[in-house]
Amino acid sequence: MKLLDCPLIGRRPISEFDYVGEVRKPPVDCDTATWAAFVFNRQGAPSVLRERWYHRPTGYWFILDRDTLTDEVKAIVDAREVRYDIPA
Amino acid sequence: MSWKLLKYGFKRSHDEPRFFPEPKELKSHYDVVIIGGGGHGMACAYYLAKEHGITNVAVLEQGYIGGGNTGRNTTIVRSNYLTPEGVKFYDTSVKLFEDLSDEFDLNIFYSTRGHFTLAHTDSAMRTMRWRAEVNKHYGIDSEVVGRDEIGKAVPYMDLECAGHTPVMGALYHAPGSVARHDAVAWGYARGAYNRGVEIHQRTRVTDIRTRDGRVIGVDTDRGAISCGKVISMVAGSTPRITEMLNLPTPIEIFPLQACVSEPVKPFMDTIVVSGSLHVYVSQSSRGEMVMGASVDPSVLHSTRSSFDFVEGLADQMVDLFPFMSRLKVMRQWAGMSDMTPDFAPIMGKTPIEGFYLDAGWGTWGFKATPVSGKTMAWTAANDQTHELIEPFRYSRFADFDLVGEKGAASVGH
Ligand SMILES: Cc1cc2nc3c(=O)[nH]c(=O)nc-3n(C[C@H](O)[C@H](O)[C@H](O)COP(=O)(O)OP(=O)(O)OC[C@H]3O[C@@H](n4cnc5c(N)ncnc54)[C@H](O)[C@@H]3O)c2cc1C
Repeated sequence: MKLLDCPLIGRRPISEFDYVGEVRKPPVDCDTATWAAFVFNRQGAPSVLRERWYHRPTGYWFILDRDTLTDEVKAIVDAREVRYDIPA
Repeated sequence: MSWKLLKYGFKRSHDEPRFFPEPKELKSHYDVVIIGGGGHGMACAYYLAKEHGITNVAVLEQGYIGGGNTGRNTTIVRSNYLTPEGVKFYDTSVKLFEDLSDEFDLNIFYSTRGHFTLAHTDSAMRTMRWRAEVNKHYGIDSEVVGRDEIGKAVPYMDLECAGHTPVMGALYHAPGSVARHDAVAWGYARGAYNRGVEIHQRTRVTDIRTRDGRVIGVDTDRGAISCGKVISMVAGSTPRITEMLNLPTPIEIFPLQACVSEPVKPFMDTIVVSGSLHVYVSQSSRGEMVMGASVDPSVLHSTRSSFDFVEGLADQMVDLFPFMSRLKVMRQWAGMSDMTPDFAPIMGKTPIEGFYLDAGWGTWGFKATPVSGKTMAWTAANDQTHELIEPFRYSRFADFDLVGEKGAASVGH
């Protein structure tokens, strides 16, 4: 069975988690082409992706860096590291 | 046993002609280089040679012919899609498929089974009605059927689905078929080879060279080649190729898994799909139950299979077919699906002159093998995106002009 470390309660079966996808910062005040590129385009090639996950039983959201070629988790990332201000 | 076979058995040397050529040196120049020796690459090479007289073509394949998703899929061919663009495109492919065995003089075991997409909820029923109407409008044989008809056609299925998600009806698509995937790739490959195309297996493209925004050649692990046109037909490896050109795409790679049971006597002549339970099944000509589901939950560039897949699939499958609890799973495997946000492919010209893309085949591209080969060959030969694939163009995302095919393609087949 595939397992993932939940930062809150430790190793759990992968079926308890939801995958949200890469954590990205939306462009503000941009032209339509830049917006379309943000909405649709993705880092598709193998890389270390910073991605958001959700652990259903605990209702816990968290962020990790994962190698999408080897499936290795490289780091748990503090949410403060990826936060950004929403313009007024 | 046939007389020919008996005579052959007694012969000292068994010198049947090779299906594929022995490997030879790469030339320094080709007019067209096709990256990827799956069904799509082989079909494109075949039609380039046959319909456009372009034969100075090399197909470069990093592994072996059909070793990618072509040899890993569950071979379902159908045209009951949701969008007019999709329906027209896949219908052209189904019609090409029907004649392939004759065209190749090779049995591709094309077997028309009839295809049920079960609906377990009101909203699924609504999608089925929608699909049936779009299909009928374009002359496709599709209709919504009720429980009685499903019960008659698939008597061994539990319509109550163990009581928690009873089947309400289904979309029935009589032309739904299965075929032998390897034979499709081999048939196209042999046809292309006989017309002068070079096929180089174990040859990996490592870079694509451009000058002033146009393609001038490719680098491979066996040396550099110059060429005027490159067609990328690499399915699950697409982002690695487009990255060589700094060409952004919406494609993300998710593993898609499948498995087969031990063989049992033939009893099931239809294909059954449940969108709500995310599973599908057909019986192969060898008697194995061929089963699949949706993509794995997270991005991964890997063809490893997992226990979680079989466990999740069995959980749903046994609700529909209780007797299957006694069948053993014989083999399981995975492919890498190149998923797009609208579940439609990305095909045709790109912002780089001479670079053509055939990708975004996700979980549904086997059925498109003939039509993709044909339209991509036309596109490269005329340097103009073929009208049938215009809706799938690379620029549709920048134009916010998507093809919303999820309602008909989200269960991988
Ligand atoms: C489990 C599973 C079930 C499926 N079921 C169905 C189904 O029932 N019906 C359906 O229609 N579709 C189905 N599909 C989808 C279908 O298999 C694919 O969309 C289709 O086979 C893609 O064909 P292709 O020729 O484009 O790619 P592939 O067959 O993947 O060929 C691409 C080739 O490119 C080669 N390559 C990659 N990078 C390089 C490089 N740098 N240099 C040289 N060569 C390279 C690879 O080795 C590979 O052989 C399924 C897929 C999977 C994984």
